[in-house]
Amino acid sequence: MDWLGPAETEALRLSLRVSLCATLVTLPFGVFVAYALARWRFPGRQILNGLVHLPLILPPVVTGYLLLMTFGVQGPLGKALAELGIVVAFRWTGAALAAGIMAFPLMVRAIRLSIEAVDPRLEQAGATLGASRPMVFATVTLPMIVPGIIAGAILAFAKAMGEFGATITFVSNIPGQTQTLPSAVYAFLQVPGGEAAATRLVIISIIVAMSALLLSEWVGRRAAARVAGS
Amino acid sequence: MSLSVRLQHSLPGISLDLSFDAPPGVTVLFGRSGSGKTTIVNAAAGLLRPEAGRMAIDDWVLFDTEKNRWLPPHRRRLGYIFQEGRLFPHLTVRQNLAYGRWFAPRASRREDPGKVVEMLGIGHLLDRRPALLSGGEKQRVAIGRALLASPRLILADEPLASLDAARKAEILPYFERLRDEISVPVLYVTHSADEVARLATSVVVLNDGKVQRHGPASEVLSDPSVAPAGVRAIGAVLQVRVAAHHSDGLTQLDAGGACLFLPRIPHRVGETLRIRIPAQEVILSLAKPQGLSALNILEGTVEAIRSGDGPGAIVSVRSAAGVVLARVTRRSVSALGLKEGQRCHAVIKTVALSPQNVGGHIPEGASGG
Repeated sequence: MDWLGPAETEALRLSLRVSLCATLVTLPFGVFVAYALARWRFPGRQILNGLVHLPLILPPVVTGYLLLMTFGVQGPLGKALAELGIVVAFRWTGAALAAGIMAFPLMVRAIRLSIEAVDPRLEQAGATLGASRPMVFATVTLPMIVPGIIAGAILAFAKAMGEFGATITFVSNIPGQTQTLPSAVYAFLQVPGGEAAATRLVIISIIVAMSALLLSEWVGRRAAARVAGS
Repeated sequence: MSLSVRLQHSLPGISLDLSFDAPPGVTVLFGRSGSGKTTIVNAAAGLLRPEAGRMAIDDWVLFDTEKNRWLPPHRRRLGYIFQEGRLFPHLTVRQNLAYGRWFAPRASRREDPGKVVEMLGIGHLLDRRPALLSGGEKQRVAIGRALLASPRLILADEPLASLDAARKAEILPYFERLRDEISVPVLYVTHSADEVARLATSVVVLNDGKVQRHGPASEVLSDPSVAPAGVRAIGAVLQVRVAAHHSDGLTQLDAGGACLFLPRIPHRVGETLRIRIPAQEVILSLAKPQGLSALNILEGTVEAIRSGDGPGAIVSVRSAAGVVLARVTRRSVSALGLKEGQRCHAVIKTVALSPQNVGGHIPEGASGG
């Protein structure tokens, strides 16, 4: 990547690391929450649904501020984590946390749709053939929702790559630490002569986002075709 | 092994309150839709929690609401054959067949996969996925999957209802073999009198959530007061023996000394069969008919005449072959002056006796009733 300056390369690398980490760590939770929302009826289900979707609706700066109050150095969770030796404030891990939370609703929505498309009567058939609930999930539900999980993960990754408002509010814009790709674009635009670097990063952003979208479409179609039996 | 059923459950529009025993062999739950058949099967499977009742296979309790016992579906050792097959679309036929077997305790895996595959004729389908199978093929795989789970109870909920007549004819023999070759109770839901006549060891007739009648198929189907599937389903069931196959495409049956002809059936000469004679295909005549194209004429005496709400009546005629039912109009009854004890002739058109109405012999001594 010779055509990128060191600061730009650093921002791209950091963004990839933050987004990948955010996606992989939230994925199991995403599957669990999506399954709970799609299949279980429990008190507080609507509240959970609302909480999951909140980052999608709130202004990102509000989410960032809430994260800062909760996970900041003085925040209740931030203090507890600091005692365990984990600091998220103004670190790349904090950027990953912000990206993960902002991407979570998109991930849950995609996975939940695919779970709702699984005919519960197939799960019943699995149970009558001797499979316990976890086994039914592992052998019937999970294989059938793999396309949804992959699509949800790719969508979440793309969203995490683009996350700006919550990240900059929560962990600021420290080159090499928390300066992700969008933060870097913003920073370059603030200095005279930074337009060229910003343009290069914008192009990279477009490429990453488009690739993620095309990839998720392709994976979804392939997996759907496999389940359909061709 | 025998299944005992006691059940109380309320659904919108119907409340079930019934009990019966299902011995080994096929117990058909027979009744019009909405009579609670599927509810019973789903309670047996554990897919529905009834308000009160108990089901057990011998001493092995599936549920007992009084003692607060409930076995989850996956511990019930079932083979459930669903109306729509419900094959797993992401697995091949081979994997579908292996699914239930994989969860069955090792010691109880009594069915040999090779034999089941051969019996069902699905060897050439093993590597395909369900989406590429025809309706009949899917249902055969579903039967195999249920069998290979080595179940202690087989449940079949209208397994042929979604198939056309040709596919039905293709699957029915497999259920007959199932009945004859395995020793576990089969609960079979249907509203088709043909399926009852061919498969049932015993029949439980359900009406409005209650057991209206429980007994051997020939008795229940020949009883005109039981018409769970409407008057069209009424028909006598006769025990017959294949006497000869003729070169003009007809098969001759021996029914207690009387002769019956029907279009060629595949069964061997000497084989004992059951044949259902739909009441609406039978004509009555006082004099012995002459110059008639129908080949089947049974002589007998009128045993009973039952009038319905409409213009029709069902006349039971006892002949050498057994009791035959005829559906005629009340006007004909009075025109002919039919009354109990009168001699008459029952005329049955040859082509009305279709091979679909013929089933293998069933030892009815084994049935509870």
